[in-house]
Amino acid sequence: MATNLPVINIKSPAQSAVGFDEKLATHNLELRAMSVDTLQVNVGKLCNQACKHCHVDASPKRTEIMTRETIEQILTAIRQFKIPTLDITGGAPELNPSFRYLVSEAHKIGAKILVRHNLTVMFEDGQEDLPAFFRLHAVEVISSLPYFLEQQTDAQRGSGVFNKSIEALRRLNAVGYGVEKDLILNLVYNPVGAFLPPAQSSVETDFKREMKTRYDVSFNNLFTITNMPIKRFLSYLRRSGNEERYMQKLLDAFNPSTVAGLMCRNLISVDWTGRLYDCDFNQMLDLTLEDGMPQTIADFDPIKLANRRIVTDSHCFGCTAGSGSSCGGVVVG
Amino acid sequence: MHYYNEEDLARFGEIGKSRPDLFEKFMAWYEACQEDGALSKREKALIGLAVSVVVQCPYCIDAYTNSCLESGSNIEQMTEAMHLASAIRGGASLIHGIQSHNAHDKVSM
Repeated sequence: MATNLPVINIKSPAQSAVGFDEKLATHNLELRAMSVDTLQVNVGKLCNQACKHCHVDASPKRTEIMTRETIEQILTAIRQFKIPTLDITGGAPELNPSFRYLVSEAHKIGAKILVRHNLTVMFEDGQEDLPAFFRLHAVEVISSLPYFLEQQTDAQRGSGVFNKSIEALRRLNAVGYGVEKDLILNLVYNPVGAFLPPAQSSVETDFKREMKTRYDVSFNNLFTITNMPIKRFLSYLRRSGNEERYMQKLLDAFNPSTVAGLMCRNLISVDWTGRLYDCDFNQMLDLTLEDGMPQTIADFDPIKLANRRIVTDSHCFGCTAGSGSSCGGVVVG
Repeated sequence: MHYYNEEDLARFGEIGKSRPDLFEKFMAWYEACQEDGALSKREKALIGLAVSVVVQCPYCIDAYTNSCLESGSNIEQMTEAMHLASAIRGGASLIHGIQSHNAHDKVSM
């Protein structure tokens, strides 16, 4: 299923004709944090898939994995500062040997737990009981499915991914996900190429109809997410000659009303070593928090992190294009 | 060297350097036609793509292909729209064959 994509080492980031902070300034805006409601933890880059658009550059070849010691520090931070939401991502986070420990301990603390689950990992050795495990710990499951057809999905996520994903969704439905109240199963649409996502409400209606009639699969919400010009997607943009045009498309679609709701204003991203970032995208670009802020989970302090200046670059136009984009879909509906 | 350059699509507004009043009227009309109405944006984008193929405008084909994708259509739906428009164009040619038949019948015994 996974292709042998090389690890992406792009030295020059995506360029836009106008800087992001400069664009904000023309609208008398600046980007500052508000609070830390979510700790988004990237527990490692190991994944059973190697998707062509992945901003993490995750794959079966990656060895970066968060240790139990760092996971303990995360749990301490959640417990000490009563962080409401733990958002676990990767790679395929389930492949971290301490993943289930993190989920079960965070559940005991009472945090809301989101897992960015790629569906196919359910068919890896020892992962077959994931639906029951998610249910037991009241995990909210968020899964990528770029399209309701095999051709488009496999083109982005690898041959055979679509059929496995449908089977995994049926198994989640079978334990109540997407069916019973409070067992939330959300899907993520992202464009299969160098174009912007459609209106979320419109494509959600299509997905719900097609997923039910074609595959008898139910889910709660569809989140549309813009592809970020980072790592593998940036590499694709460059190989296909689409970089300049895509960056201009993001710039032209800049929507100042999205800025107030950007996800970086309410979360802190943690990498597999415990370092802190404004978001998972900054994490992949090694854009650490501004100077003077706590830099690791061991030093985590939400009071100090509130109102910090968000570190930006051209990729931020991906979150402000059109209706905006976040890990929870559009920013303005 | 060819006449059509991809970059020229983004230069469309330069037409308005002369007689901007006319261009502004055109743009207001053009943009109003794209909005959700009795037809959805997606349906309009599919119509736009189909017409673009028939009038064989490379700029319009590029623009409406992206509009279709960004309004949620897939390549099968887009191809069906293009087939329909092309079939109408083919039919529009073939129906003129009746003119030929009429002319034939007029001079034939």
